Amino acid sequence: MAPTPREEAFADSLIGRRVPKLDAPDKASGRTRYLHDINVPGQLHAKILRATEVHARIVSIDVEAARRVPGVHAVITAADVPWQRPIGITKDHMPLKADIVRSRRDEIAAVAADTVQAAQEALRLIRVAYEPLPIVTNSAQALGPGAPLLHGEDLRVPGRNGALEVVHKACSDNVSMAYEYGHGDVSQGERESVVVVEDVFWLHYVTHCCMGVSGVIAEFDASGSLLLYSNTQVPFLHKREFAELLGIDPGRIRIIQPPIGGGFGSKLDIYPFEPIAIFLAKITRRPVKLLFTREEEFIASPTRQPVLLKLRSGCDREGRLTFRAVDTIHDNGAYTSWGATTPFVMMQTISSLYRVPHCHYRTRAVYTNNPYAGSFRGYGNLQATFAVEAHMDKLADALGMDALEFRLLNAQDPGESTPQGMHFRSCGFKECLGTAAERSDYAAKRRRNLEHWNDGNPVKRGIGMASMLHVGGGAKMYPSDGCGTIIKLDDFAKVTLITGASEIGQGSETVLALLVCEELGLPIDSVTVVNNDTAITPWDVGVHASRTTFIGGNSAIGAARKAKRKILEIAAPKAGRTPDDLDLRGGHIVLRATGERIQEIGKFLRSLHFSEKAELVMTTYYYEPPSVHLDRNYKGNVSAAYAWATQVAEVEVDTDTGIVRLLKITAAHDVGRVLNRLGIEGQIEGGIVMGQGYALSEDLLVEDGVIRNPNFRDYKLVTAPEIPEMDVSFIETMDGEGPQGAKGVGEAPAICIAAAVANAIYNATGTRIYALPFTPEKVYRALRGSNMPPKWPADAA
Amino acid sequence: MSALIEIEFRLNGISRRVSVPLQMSALEMLRDMMGQHGTKYGCGEGECGACTISVDHRTVNSCLKFAVDCDGRDIQTIEGLAATPFGETLNRAMVEHGAVQCGFCTPGIMMQAQQVLTDNPDASRAQIQRGLEGNLCRCTGYRKILDAIEAAAHPSPAVD
Repeated sequence: MAPTPREEAFADSLIGRRVPKLDAPDKASGRTRYLHDINVPGQLHAKILRATEVHARIVSIDVEAARRVPGVHAVITAADVPWQRPIGITKDHMPLKADIVRSRRDEIAAVAADTVQAAQEALRLIRVAYEPLPIVTNSAQALGPGAPLLHGEDLRVPGRNGALEVVHKACSDNVSMAYEYGHGDVSQGERESVVVVEDVFWLHYVTHCCMGVSGVIAEFDASGSLLLYSNTQVPFLHKREFAELLGIDPGRIRIIQPPIGGGFGSKLDIYPFEPIAIFLAKITRRPVKLLFTREEEFIASPTRQPVLLKLRSGCDREGRLTFRAVDTIHDNGAYTSWGATTPFVMMQTISSLYRVPHCHYRTRAVYTNNPYAGSFRGYGNLQATFAVEAHMDKLADALGMDALEFRLLNAQDPGESTPQGMHFRSCGFKECLGTAAERSDYAAKRRRNLEHWNDGNPVKRGIGMASMLHVGGGAKMYPSDGCGTIIKLDDFAKVTLITGASEIGQGSETVLALLVCEELGLPIDSVTVVNNDTAITPWDVGVHASRTTFIGGNSAIGAARKAKRKILEIAAPKAGRTPDDLDLRGGHIVLRATGERIQEIGKFLRSLHFSEKAELVMTTYYYEPPSVHLDRNYKGNVSAAYAWATQVAEVEVDTDTGIVRLLKITAAHDVGRVLNRLGIEGQIEGGIVMGQGYALSEDLLVEDGVIRNPNFRDYKLVTAPEIPEMDVSFIETMDGEGPQGAKGVGEAPAICIAAAVANAIYNATGTRIYALPFTPEKVYRALRGSNMPPKWPADAA
Repeated sequence: MSALIEIEFRLNGISRRVSVPLQMSALEMLRDMMGQHGTKYGCGEGECGACTISVDHRTVNSCLKFAVDCDGRDIQTIEGLAATPFGETLNRAMVEHGAVQCGFCTPGIMMQAQQVLTDNPDASRAQIQRGLEGNLCRCTGYRKILDAIEAAAHPSPAVD
C-alpha cells in the first residue's frame, strides 16, 4: 500500500537512525584542529619540573643556571607566586610546592621559553635539594598508628587582606574523606539469612590513556582578562575556580574548548599544570602553551580510584537478599580529587543494585604518597559492581539456585523506590537480564562448562553474568544540574544550536542536532552546533555522570519547541488555522493531520524577517532535571532517570599459561530509547573494550609511589586483534522524563565487564580471583592456589 | 642547537626543501615546519600509531623516524591521503560506519588502513585486525573501525 501523504511527511524522523557524527569527516581527513594543533602568535612553551622524591622536604631550589638558558623567559617556583592558592575538591593541593613534596608527580618549578627544547634544557639545569621524609604507600598502613602524616599541618596561604588564612585543616589520621550510609538493620538481615558470604576485593590502578595528551594555552589580554584554550569537561565550573585561584572576577575568564583527544572523566578537575601555565602567562605577559609528554600523561594525570573493599552479604532460604555490609579503604593518593567522591556512586550500587532490605556502607579515602585518583568513566561503579556481582553468583551457588533466577528474583520493577531514595520511574532491569541470558544461552552454557572442570583439557570455557545500575538522567551534585540552549534560525532555515553541553568525542553535538531536527522538521545538515566557548554558550554543569544526552538533549528540545511554537503561532492565522493544526516536517510548515505542505520554512522565516513588524526566530531554554540533592544521610532521588545493563562474558582460560581470552560479550542495555543508533553502538562497544582492559590487561604498576610502566609498551591497552565478539541489545523503556524517552548511557558499558569476566573465569575453572586485573601471571598462580588473596587489615577496624 | 641539515623530499606529491636539526623527528618536522597537523603525537615512542605516515609507500611511526632520513623520500601524510580517491572512499566509510569518536587516532588508522589494503586488497577481517594492532584507539572499541575498513575494501553494491 502506498504511504499516505502524512506517512510520507513524517517518514523523515531521524530518531533511531544511524546518523554519522557531524565532526567525523574533518577528523578522518586530518583537518580537525585539536588543542595540540593550535599555536597562538607570540606563544611561549612551558615545561614542568617534577619531584624525584616520593615524600621529602624541599631544602633548596637553584634556578639560576636555568634562567640563563637562551630563549628562557621565566623560571618559576612557589617563591615566585606567593599569591597562588590551592586547588582540588578539598583545597589541599598547591599548584607549585613550596616546602614539601608528597608524590613523584609533584610540581616544583616551571619554565616558559621560546621553544620546547629550550624549556627542557632549562629544566635539566634546575637543582633541587631534598631531605627525605618517611613514606607510606599502602592505604591500610596509612591508617595505622604511627603512620607518616601527609597533611599533618594546616595549609595557610595569604588571604585577600594579606594575612595568612587556613585553607586546609591539618589532618591527623590521613583520612581525606569519610562516608557512612545505612538503611534497615544489618544485624537483623544477618539473622534472617541462611547463607552469608564475606570477601575482600582489591581493585587496582588504571588510568584514562586519552590518545591526546593533556595541555592548555593561557593568555591574558592587556586589561588582565584570561583566555584559556582548555580541554576541560566542566568549563563553567572551572571559570569560577580559576577566578578564585587568581583573585579575579569570573566574568573576566573565557574558556575555549578545542576538539579533545579523549576525556572519559579525566578532565573534571583542575590539575596543577593549568594554574602553572596561567602563572607563566601572567608573569611573561605572553600566551603560554603547555603540553604533556606521554610519560607525563601517565605520571601526572589522574587514575581510577584504587579500592580495598570488604563485602558481606546474605540471602534467605527463598533466595531473597537479606543484607549487604561494605567497608572500603580508598587509596586517595597525595591529594584529594574526585576519586575521593566515588563513594557517592558506589553506595548507589551497594544499596540499590537488586533489592537490599538492610545495608551498611562505609568508606575512608586515605592519604598516601601514591598518585592521586580522579574521576574515570563509571566513577566507582566498576569497583562496587565487581564485588556485588561476585556475591550474586556465590550466594546463588551456595543456595543451589540458578544464578539467573536468583538475580531475577531480586531485581527491581518499574515504579519502585529504593531505601536510598532512588525512584525507578522506568526500569528495564529484568528485560536486560532476560535478554542477555537468552541471547548468550547463559543457563545452558553455565551448566555445561562445569562438566569440563576435571576433563583433563587444559583450555576451559567459562560464561559469567553481571548487571549494573547507574544514573541515566544526570546527578544533582551541584546547585544546578542543568544545561542551557540558544537556538537561532536564519533566513534560509539553517539552525545554529548553541549549547552549553560539551562535545568530548562521544557524539553529543550530533545527537543534540538530531533532537532539534526532530522538532523543527529540518534535515541534519541544516544545523551548526556551537558548543565550545564560554563567552557564547549558555551555562552547563559539564560532561559527566552520563548526563549530556539527557540534560543537554532536554534543553535542546525545549529551545526547539519554543522556536517551533513561535513559527506555528505566526503562521496559523495566515493559513486560517490554529497552531495546533500545524506541524513542521520535511522543511515545511504542514497540516498536522494530513502532512499537506503549506509553506517552506525558509520562505516563512524570510517573510517574517522582512515584514513590516520584522522579527527573527531565536529562542533560549534552560532545562533543570526534576531530581534532588542527597540529604545528610545520602538519601534522595539524585537522578531524573536510572539506567540498567546486563552483560554476559564468555572466556577461554588456558590453565597451562593463565591466559584469559575474552571471546564474546552479550550486552543488553536499558537506554530508554535509541536516538542515534550509530552513536549509541559506538559508546557501548567502546565502553565494553575499555572494561575489557580493566579486567584483563591494564595495570598501572605503582611501587613505593613510583609508576613503573608510564608508557604504552608496558601499560597494555586492548588492541584491535583482541576485541571480543559483541552482541548488543537495546531495551527501550521510553523514560517519561528522557529526551524522546532516552536515558544516559556513556558510562554504563564499561561498568560490569570485569565483574562478568570474574564470574566467567570461575565458571571455567572453579577458581575465584578477588583482585584485578586477570593477568596471565595472576591467573596462573590462582589456579595453583599460590595467590595471596587481598586481606582486610587487622588494625583498620 | 645542533647544525641544520638541508634535505629534499616529496610531501604529498610536492617537492619540499627544508633545513632540519639532526635530532629532529619526522613527526616534529611535519607538524612544526610543514603544517601537517593531521599527523598526531600520541606517545613519541612508536607504541600508539597516531603519527603514522607513509614513506616510499610503507607506513612508519613518524615519531621514530629522523627528519633527515626523509631526504630523497616520497612522504604521504593524512592530508595527502585524504585528497586521493581512495582516501575519500575510506573517509566516507569511516564516517558512515561510526568509526570516529574523539578522532585523535583516526589519521594514523587511515594511513595504516591504506597500507593493509594496498598489501592485500582482499584482506580478511582477521588480517585487517592484525594490520591495525599497532594503532591504539581508546574510544571506539575498534569494531566500527574494522567495519569501515572492510567496507572500503569490499564496497557493497548500492542499494536503494
